[in-house]
Order: sequence, then C-alpha cells, then structure tokens
Amino acid sequence: MSRRLSQGGRLIDRSARIEFTFNGRPMAGFAGDTLASALLANGQTLVGRSFKYHRPRGILASGMEEPNALVTLGTGGRHEPNQRATTTELFDGLIARSQNHWPSLAFDLGAVNDLFARFLPAGFYYKTFIHPRRAWKHLFEPLIRRSAGLGRAPQEPDADRYEFRYAHCDLLIAGGGLAGIEAALLAGASGLRVILAEAAAHWGGRAVVDGETIGGRPAEDWLDEALQKLARMENVTFLTRLMVAGVHDHGMVIAEERIGDGRPRPSGLRKRLWRIRARHVLAATGAIERPLAFAGNDIPGVMLASAMRDYLVNHAIAPGERIAVVTNNDDAYRTALALHAAGLEVPVIVDTREHSPGDLPAQARAAGLRCENGRAVVQVRGRRKVRGIAIGLHAGEGAAVEEIPCDALAMSGGWSPVVHLWSHCGGKLIWDEARQMFRPDPARPPINHDGSALVTTIGSTEGALSAADVLSGTREAVLPLIRRLGGKATRGKATAARSPAEGPIEPAWILPRAAGPELRAKAWLDFQNDVKVSDIQLAAREGYVSVEHAKRYTTIGMATDQGKLSNINGLAILSQELSKEIPAVGTTTFRPPYSPVTIGALAGEARGELFQPLRRTPIHDWHLRHGAEMEPVGLWQRPYAYPRPGETVAQAVNREVRNARENVGLLDASTLGKVLVRGPDAGRFLDMIYTNVMSSLPLGRCRYGLMCNEQGFLMDDGVVIRLGEDSWLCHTTTGGAERVHAWMEDWLQCEWWDWQVFTADVTEQYAQIAVVGPKARRLLERLGGMDLSAAALPFMAFAEGELAGIPARVHRISFSGELSFEVAVPAARGLEFWKACVAAAEGDDEREDLQLMPYGTEAMHVLRAEKGFVMIGEETDGTITPRDLNLDWAISRKKPDFLGKRGMERSFLAREDRWKLVGFRTLDGSVLPEGAHVLGSGQDDYGFRRVEGRVTSSYFSPNLGHGIAMGLLKNGLQRLGEEVELTNLSGPPIRARVVAPVFYDPEGRKQDVQS
Amino acid sequence: MSRAEPGLAPVTSRFFPEARIFAEGFASVWDLESPAMIALRARPETPGLEKAIHAATALPVPPRRTILAEGLHAAAWMAPDEYLLFLPQNRLAEALAAIESALAGQAFLAADVSDARLLLRVEGAKAAQVLAKLTPADIETLPEGELRRSRLGQIAAGFWREGTGFNVMVFRSFAGYARALLANAAREGTELE
Repeated sequence: MSRRLSQGGRLIDRSARIEFTFNGRPMAGFAGDTLASALLANGQTLVGRSFKYHRPRGILASGMEEPNALVTLGTGGRHEPNQRATTTELFDGLIARSQNHWPSLAFDLGAVNDLFARFLPAGFYYKTFIHPRRAWKHLFEPLIRRSAGLGRAPQEPDADRYEFRYAHCDLLIAGGGLAGIEAALLAGASGLRVILAEAAAHWGGRAVVDGETIGGRPAEDWLDEALQKLARMENVTFLTRLMVAGVHDHGMVIAEERIGDGRPRPSGLRKRLWRIRARHVLAATGAIERPLAFAGNDIPGVMLASAMRDYLVNHAIAPGERIAVVTNNDDAYRTALALHAAGLEVPVIVDTREHSPGDLPAQARAAGLRCENGRAVVQVRGRRKVRGIAIGLHAGEGAAVEEIPCDALAMSGGWSPVVHLWSHCGGKLIWDEARQMFRPDPARPPINHDGSALVTTIGSTEGALSAADVLSGTREAVLPLIRRLGGKATRGKATAARSPAEGPIEPAWILPRAAGPELRAKAWLDFQNDVKVSDIQLAAREGYVSVEHAKRYTTIGMATDQGKLSNINGLAILSQELSKEIPAVGTTTFRPPYSPVTIGALAGEARGELFQPLRRTPIHDWHLRHGAEMEPVGLWQRPYAYPRPGETVAQAVNREVRNARENVGLLDASTLGKVLVRGPDAGRFLDMIYTNVMSSLPLGRCRYGLMCNEQGFLMDDGVVIRLGEDSWLCHTTTGGAERVHAWMEDWLQCEWWDWQVFTADVTEQYAQIAVVGPKARRLLERLGGMDLSAAALPFMAFAEGELAGIPARVHRISFSGELSFEVAVPAARGLEFWKACVAAAEGDDEREDLQLMPYGTEAMHVLRAEKGFVMIGEETDGTITPRDLNLDWAISRKKPDFLGKRGMERSFLAREDRWKLVGFRTLDGSVLPEGAHVLGSGQDDYGFRRVEGRVTSSYFSPNLGHGIAMGLLKNGLQRLGEEVELTNLSGPPIRARVVAPVFYDPEGRKQDVQS
Repeated sequence: MSRAEPGLAPVTSRFFPEARIFAEGFASVWDLESPAMIALRARPETPGLEKAIHAATALPVPPRRTILAEGLHAAAWMAPDEYLLFLPQNRLAEALAAIESALAGQAFLAADVSDARLLLRVEGAKAAQVLAKLTPADIETLPEGELRRSRLGQIAAGFWREGTGFNVMVFRSFAGYARALLANAAREGTELE
C-alpha cells in the first residue's frame, strides 16, 4: 500500500492540510499535492476501472499522459468528467469520484467483461454489430453505452466563467523545464519579446527530481536564481499552469491557462484561452516515459519509474514497501536509487539487457541492490494490487524462474520525446535507432509563411536525455535563432551540467521476447482503451497494415490521452508483426490539442448576453416596452408582432395586417441596408451591378432593382434612389447590407479598379420608418414641414426636408400595396421621430384618431405576399433567376452587359419549363404548409414520387379570409387555373388551385391614392 | 458636447474631455459624447484633398494608420482611399459644404456618418488588458496616434490609444454588445498577469 513518508516532499507544505473526498470518503492531503499524490498518500491505489473490461486500475503516471486515474470532479454546475488526477491540484473541499464502475469501485459487475475478454477482441464493434441492424440499435448499443464509457456528461450549465487573451511575441517557449528556462534566459537577455509557458504548477521539469547538478549547484538553486532573473526581464512573460495546446499555421498558438482550478476566484474566472501570435515557437515539452508490455502491467501498483520518482521527491510518497523495478535502460536505476535512499526496500532490478555498463547501474550495484540482467517480468501477481512478480529469461517464452514478492513495480521502457507541437503543423520525425525514439528531424521542420522553420525543438523534445546534452543543445539551437529574430547577441558563459554516463537502451517491446498468446493477451498497450499486445497482432493478421487503420480498428491511442503512452509501443508491436522496420510503419498523426481543453475555455466569454452580438435599431427599446415579440433577422432583432394583452401572436398579426390596409401602420425598417455610391462612373457601375438600368434614373426618383451574381441567380433586391448628378443610394435587404457592400467593393477593387466610383455603407446612419396605409399621408401632414401631396411627391419619388423638426428623406415606395412613405431620419433621432408619429396619430376634440398601430415583420410578410411581392430568401434560395419569379420586366434588354447576363442565358436557366412563380389557393381555404411540395406523376430514378414545385411563402390573409401562398411550379403561370396536389406531413395531400400570385388589389390602386 | 450635463466626468482624453461611466472594474468603461463624423473617400493624390480635410478639421491629411487630433477635431486614416473626420456637431453643414467645394470636379464621396458609430472609452492604467482580451491586434505595441481597425469579440471596431486609455468606436447597432463585452472584460479580479 502506498503512503506518505514522514519527511521530504519538495512541493508539499505540511503545515497546510487540505480536506477532500474520494467516492464520498473523507481524505486529507497537503497544499502542493495533486489529487493523485494525495490519493496515494491515503493508500488509495485503486482509482478507476478500465473502459472495456472494467479492469481495476491505479495511477500509472504523474503528468498529463496519465491514462487511468480519470475522475469526475465537482457537482452540479461544476461537474466535470474525465479529469486527470495527476494534473488536478488539490484544494479544500475537492470532490472526486471514480468512473466507469457499477455498483462500486471495489466490486464492479462490468468486470465480467474481463472474463469474456476473448469474445471482445479488437474490431469487436465492427464485427459484431453490423448485422442484424435492429439488434445494434435496441440491444447492443444501449448495453455498451451503459457498461463502457468514461464519466457522465454534466447536467447543469457551467457555473464558471472563461475568457480569451490575445498575446504577441517573438518567441514562444512551451515548457518550463531545464531547456525552456535556459532558452528564456538567453532570449530574454537578447531583448526579444518572450512568453514562457509551463503547463504544470511548478517550474523545473525533471531536473530537480532527477537531482541534476547545474552550473556546479543543485538544480533547485539554479532554478531559483533563473526565475529571479526572468522576473527582472520586462520583455519576458512567464507563467505556470499555461498549457500550449496547439501550434497552427502562421505562428498561431493556442494555450489554456488554469486560473480558478483549485483556487476558485470571486470573479468566477476559471480558465483563460490564450491566442498567441508567435514569430517562432520553441518546443521544450520534454519527453514521456514509455511503459513496458508484460502480463499484468496494468495492475494497480505498477507505475512508470519516473512517476514513482516524481511522487517520492515532490510529494514524499512511498508507492509501497517493497518496490521492484523493471527496465530496458539506465534511467529506471535513478528510481531504484531514490527509493533505496528513502529507506524503502528494492528487492530486485529486472533489466532486459544482458549487460548494463552505465554509471547508474554501477551505483545501484555498489549500493547493494540486486540487479538481474537478461531477465524480464513474465507476469505480475495480484488482481486489485500487486502482490509480487514472476521473473524469467527475457529471451524465453515466459517460464517463471523465480517469484519475488513485492507490492509495487516501477517500469521503464525508455523515453519518447513530446513531439506534438513540432508535428501539429507538419514537422517530420526520424527514428533514432540508438535511443529507440522518434525525434524531430531538424531537416524537415514545420514551415512558416516565409519558408523558415516555425518550430524548433530543444531539450528532451529534441531527443537529449541528459542534463548536459539538454543545456548544450539548447544553447546551440537558441543563439542562432535569436540572431534570426533580430535579438541582441548574447555573451556570457554556457551553463554546464555533469551527467552520469548512460549505457545504451535496448528495444524491448514485449516481455519476455517470445511471450506466448496467454501472456500477450494480458500485456496492455493502451490502458485507457483496453488495447493489448494481442489486439495489435490480431489487427495485423487481419490485414490492417497501415498504422492509421490499425489504430482505428483496435482504438489504440484514441482515448482522452490520445495514446501518449501507447502509440510508440503499439506501432513497434505492429512493425514486428509485419516484419517491417519501425520507421517503415510510421506514426499516427499528432493533432491539437496536446491535452483536452475545456469546452468553456474555447467558447471564452461568448455565453449569455455575449453569446452573439445582437444588433438593435434606435427604436429597439420602444418595441420591447410595447410588448413586441422579437425575432432574429441575421444578427438584427426585429419586432415580429406586438401582441396586446389577451391576444395571441397570430391574432396580433391579423390585426396589424388589417389595420395597415384600413388605417395606418408603422414599421421599423431601419435594418434595411443602405449603400451610398458616388463618382463619375457611378451610373455605369450600377448598370453593371443591377439587372435593370439605374443610370437613367431621374434625380429625385426611386427605382426597384435586382442584383444577380455572375451565375445569373438573384442575390439581392431593393430600391435605388438618385441623390445627385453622380450619386445614388442603394437600399438592400436587411441581411444583404454587408454582403452587397462587399460585393460592390470587390468589383471596384479587383475588376474595375480604374472606374471612378466610391461606395459607403451608411446603413447605421439612418433610422428608417415605413408609414403605411390609407391614412399615412394625413399622419405625416400632422407632423408638418413637407408637402407630401401626390402632386408634390408622386409614387416612386423621394424628397428631403424636415418632418416634425427632424431632418428627413421621405420615399414614396410601397412594399405593402398601400399608400406608403418610408422616412429616413438620422439614427440618433429615430426614436424621436417614431414617437412623434405615434403622438400625431392620436385624436382629440379637434381631430380624428388615425388608429395607428405598429406592425412587425410577420404582418409585413403577409402584406407583401397578398400583393405577390417576392422576398429574397423566401422565394429565392441562390438557385432562382429573376425570370423564375416573372421579373423579366426588371431585366434590361438594352444594356450590353450586367452581372449575371451571361449566366442567365445558359440553356438550363433559359428554358421555359423551369419552376416559376405562381400563387396557390387551397380549395378549402386552408393555409398550405410552407415548403410543401407539389406532387407530380410517377416516380423518379430512385423510386421517389416526382415533385414539380414547392411552396415558398404561405400565410393566412386576414383581408381575404383565406390562406394565400406563393411558390414555384413547373411551367409556372401557363398552368393557371389547374388543380394540383401538395404534400402534407400531417395528413393526406392538400388540393390547391394555381392562381396569379397577386391576391389583393391586382390593379395597384391602393398604393397610389391621391388624398 | 454638453459639458454641463450631470453625470459627466473627466477622462484623460483631450479629444473627448468628458464622458459618462457605465462600468468599473480593474479599468473603467465610458460612453463618450459623439462628435459629428464625416466619411470621406478619395484617392490620396486627389487635388483638393488636403484643402478639404483642412477645411473640415484644420488638420493635414493623416498618414497611413494614424489619427491626428487637435482640440475637438480629428482626422483619421481608415483605408488607402478613406478618411474619417471628427468635428463639433455645429460645424457639420459648413464642413460638408467646404469639402464639396474643395473637391468639386474630382471623384470623391463625402457623407455625414455622425450617427453610424458610437464612441466608448476604456480608461485606466490597465486599459490595454481589457482590449487584449478582445482583439487580435497587438495592443501592447500600439503607439499613441495610431488608429487600429480590428475586431472586439465578435464585432468590428476601431480604437486608438490616448492618455491613460483607449477610445473605441463601434457601429451603433452593436453598442449594447460592445458595452457588455468591455464591461465583462474589465471585471474586477480578472486582470492579466
């Protein structure tokens, strides 16, 4: 059983006791503990169950690579599944629960999966669940979802807050170990802007734990001094708890800062996502120790040798009382020596190599430790914890020659550089046979925009395994880089370190080398996803020769740890099985993020009222005060209708529609786009942009225009007015303002750059209010200031002046078929004008009440549909030409060219039997479902019923008392009077008659009333 | 600018000397009284451009990416052929007429856009941190006198350093979002390192 030693622990503060619970059991640790070290201090070696077989699992590692010790933290709005105990800093009141077990961690029914493991081989999902289909949906999937899987998703909204932070630097250094700190000192002294990010809560990486001597002093002293130096450098930003998650093109680096984790803040801020623009990235992310594959290597108590050393030195944790060590390299001897020095028993060091000539094995032998060369662990004894190991010849098949009792086992299979940041943007790797690792190939770095290397690796990331090599390599890499980035040349002595001479590592991918099927089926590679040596071998036998395919077939490396411990071991086994060299098999792809990033951090501040910017018109607050139901139109908020107390929204719409036809309505049309176009070539330009002629528009007049893209498809429409000799104002749809403005600029800047035309989007400068209905003129006359008589301001004219003392441009245009004035006033006075209209409509002893009502977008839709006016986005969907909508009259035949002219002449768009605009009226007067299809006869090639049209707009017309609809129908108005059938999701097809799309006042008398 | 209005307090901007505070955290966020604004588009070599800008603001043509300010007038470079002029409201009509006459016969566009944008201010020693949370622009190295057109959160914005703070302009309809965004970023206890 693991326990806390009475002395030591460089990171813990024994005076600060911290209480927490694990599975409801109260436990205590110290400040500076991680959840993992605190659990070990409490003797909790069993921390979870594996994903597939529900095997008991303990803490394997001490960092982000941990595959087993995943817990759910917190409750309610702070419930967070799949958190690594090894990177979770302990805080008072922490609540942790183990995952993936039922009913309890110690007794788990799912563990029966383990007994039937041979029925759950690799590719089990693919093989078993294809057929029968029904069984997958109703039997297998629910079962698997219940028994497999990690933590549960949170049920409540996240209680914490997050934000972004943008930063810029010349050099981003990821990793605050020996290499990263040395690099920061060099670059900092050169004056470059430097950011040094360390993912853990403390600095120094492995140097202190491994007891290195740096510059003639203990690593800890060197580190303290280095941090003081960095603190004096204003050009260096250095932070712990900042994990570089990904390197993207153009030096865009994403990093996650832990702020409130374990240290909850009053501000509620928990994490901050950094978006760093770095000219160059130094990856000093270290290396990860590999497990060894032997039978029972997943039993709680088996731990990476380096992790054991970490817990011992950093947190004063004894992983057990008798700790055996198994290795294929010298580094694990450090663990044996450290444990021995701490007074713990090390019964044996099992070394697969025949000889171990290095300094560290010599020290171990000198300390009297038993070293067994050429041996392997053939099996770990125990089920829920290690009880002993059976050792035998590494060259053999697994016959045990000796049983050695122990309660913990340290393993080391060598080191793999953390090459992720190098690889994210395409840096390539080479296989280093001598060191048995994939390391960055300096000749093939990820490339920046200017062809230079975007990332440089230093320290263990580069493959250096001793402190001496790390320091010399860092200096060698960083000094030229500083010059390249324009920093001052650094003088000053190189920092030196003395490291013990290490003997060579020997490949050992399965212990023992010729282990039989039984042992291979208990030798784990991917601990989190339960992939064993036998699974990879099966995948290879079944033809999965590509490492990417084998990965997906077996799911190796696909768990939340993304194969940090398993990938190299897995592909080595695969290469053996395929009789290929390891580099010929290659690695899988390293993708960001390096370690999971909280979704909340990726969203940043964008939640609640900041989720999305909402655009408000100057009259917005009035709408809300008057009961408007708002609807989003693009980012704009527009009133949908203004229901009165006791009224449904539909009733309100009907009332607003009728009132606009009978009295006067007020519509906030401020959202309509307005683009000013001016210049000597403006008329010629607009003739190209619109399908009809705008250059001939007389001063003071309005003209409705259509805009097509090059394909001839309708993209926007609106009224254009002629402001002056060389200036026009183009109204666009609400959603089209930015798009149309950008479209115009695109043509002016890229194609017609020599035309003398300037544009300006003045949408936001004006509030625009439509005054609509037979009493509209009377209302505006009450405001006073302008002659708005039919003679002074005829239909499709505009005039500028003042209304109610407010500067106004009044357009006689109508999107409703009624007498209508659209009044543009400065935005800051929009609300004042709106209120003036409302007040002016009121009656008293002297004057009649004009019965003014504001109306919303739905009434606007009904009014325009009654008149058969098309709407961009309703009648059009990007595949509709003006001719499809019977708008031939708005397509100029005289103009030599305009955007879309050639496009719409293509045979498919010009043919006569296209779906064209018609009206539909149901035989029973009901309202057709929007989007309903018109049924044709027979079936198409896929066996579906043919369709020959669809409904694009459908409303109840309160003025006519029945449903009205517009739609597109094959052959269009040629079929006037015909009866058609339309689909109906909730019943039998609906019969309707094809009618003209203008339902109301077809002669257009109402929009031009004279008085 | 209605200096006498209650609730107005001084900020360290010479250009917008008084403002109304609406959020206070580790930096404070203010609404500025908007002056009149004129969007002027013309190619830089256009004869009469200098005269036009001078007539409206008494300032020279602003060089690339800069904003020149003098008293209650300012002239900002917005794009290679676009300028934004700031002036007191009561001088707007006169300035527009002066621009028309200075550039008569040339290709140009001048429009009153006084209401299209609203101006905000982030004030305080740590004001840059508020913007650093919201804009990908390199705010730390933004020199005084440079107008940067970029993004704040999810919207377009322009901002420039002045005194111990930044003036920020956003389109009118986004002002509600911009206020909430700035106030949130300036929340007490969320300072950067």
